[in-house]
Amino acid sequence: MLNLLTEPLTYGFMQNALAISTLVGILCPVVGSYLIVQRMALLGDVIAHCVLPGMSLSFFFGIDILIGAFGSGILGSFLIGWIRSQSRVKVDAAMALTFSTFFALGITLITVLKNKIDLDSFLFGDVLGVTSTDIYRTLIISLVILIVVRLFYKELLFYTFDRTGAQAIGLPINAIHFGFMAAITLTVIASMKAVGVILVISLLVGPALTAYLLVKELHQMMLLGSMIGVIVSFAGVYLSYYQNVPSGPAIVLVSSTLFLFTFLFSPTQGILTRPEPASRSARLLRKLRFIRRAE
Amino acid sequence: MLEVRNLAVNYRGVCGLDHVSFKIEPGQLVGILGPNGAGKSTMLKAMLGLVPVSSGLVNYCTGPLHQQLERVAYVPQRSQIDWDYPITVWNVVMMARTRQLGWFRRPGRAAQEIVKTALDRVEMTHLKQRRIGELSGGQQQRVFLARALAQQADIFLFDEPFAGVDKKTEAIILEVFEELRSQGKILLVSNHDWGQSLTRLDRLLLLNQRLIADGSPQEVMTPENLQSAYGGSLQTPLYQDVDTNLFC
Repeated sequence: MLNLLTEPLTYGFMQNALAISTLVGILCPVVGSYLIVQRMALLGDVIAHCVLPGMSLSFFFGIDILIGAFGSGILGSFLIGWIRSQSRVKVDAAMALTFSTFFALGITLITVLKNKIDLDSFLFGDVLGVTSTDIYRTLIISLVILIVVRLFYKELLFYTFDRTGAQAIGLPINAIHFGFMAAITLTVIASMKAVGVILVISLLVGPALTAYLLVKELHQMMLLGSMIGVIVSFAGVYLSYYQNVPSGPAIVLVSSTLFLFTFLFSPTQGILTRPEPASRSARLLRKLRFIRRAE
Repeated sequence: MLEVRNLAVNYRGVCGLDHVSFKIEPGQLVGILGPNGAGKSTMLKAMLGLVPVSSGLVNYCTGPLHQQLERVAYVPQRSQIDWDYPITVWNVVMMARTRQLGWFRRPGRAAQEIVKTALDRVEMTHLKQRRIGELSGGQQQRVFLARALAQQADIFLFDEPFAGVDKKTEAIILEVFEELRSQGKILLVSNHDWGQSLTRLDRLLLLNQRLIADGSPQEVMTPENLQSAYGGSLQTPLYQDVDTNLFC
């Protein structure tokens, strides 16, 4: 049994894979928790698609992909905010249009510029092909984001819970908003090798959402989410090694299975295990609140 | 003294607030009354610079109010908050100390003492470790009242604090208002239906985009004034509250 776990570690590529999975497993649920509580989960997916044109351009000009991908991810999120503020267009429609356009632009650029980007590994991840440059990039991004979250935790808590209230005490809400866009983009870039841009949303949302059903405070959600994130990343990589399935989808499927299990069996909120009378009254309360809002 | 002069808000060509002016002395409890969409929330937000203002000034003591936000406690409408947010009662009230603590600093004993006193005042200490979503509407409103108290502000702005709360909460809110008034604070409270509580107010502002009347509740609540605020009938219109929808 132990041999099953240690044998893959003799290979350099597996060590790299597990190193990057650990980092991404910790980072994604922290950023993902903020996305979930602000009801912006899909923004992670949108920004992930928006980084493609920047990637293609930085390949062409021979600069670090971090710069190109970051610029294009941020540009995408700004465009969405701008379209929304300048017209009656709602945010979901603006997101749908922007990310598909960026994605199309990225694919076109790859063809026109004759990039040697392996589109498959970009889309779905290639955790077994991780280089030490990838690990350093992910390590630095993770450290920066985790330190910033730690330093500004109380301000970010206020902002994500009650944005108007945060603005009313004079917090710089535009700067915080920009910070979030930057953090999401950087997280996407850090996770690209492990799960790919199509599936990164799952690692952002899955472990944090599992934790959400088990705890009652944001910092607990982040801590537990990160633990779950590391576990599912490891499990995914091993599954990928032994069963010869692509690593990205393996990680995602493990994460979603864990969520499903929690969704059914969480002691307080699992649909099969939560205390029944409480849930009935909760349902009634929710209905009442809904009626009140409708009035 | 708090002075609002010619405050106006336009949003994509729609008039939200039409050149409103008034002054409030310390120790005054002032109510705002008006139909849905009259601009009550918009006015409170505009006073703090939370929505773009097309003209007007808001001054407190020596300078513009938006430069002294640490002296203001603002309580938003309950409907603006996601009550499923993973946070406990205690930590919601602790948010009040964010500005006073400053960047990078974590709450110490002094902050905890302030939070505890505020929770005691609204009779919520026994629920301090509960997740905010497990409380009733009235209890949630009291937590927000405690958060406002813990800010130790000079000016208190409440947006619809009585919406959907129980009798006990209503009584506690009114008691706290009177205590703050006797401490010389300025209180400005919006409400779409004051009912019996009208008698507790020092002054009432009747609003429907423009300021229709300003004076003691008896002076303001005349048939002519109400007619011009609410139109033909006294029934409030059925459409959604424009203030909340426009600026979310």
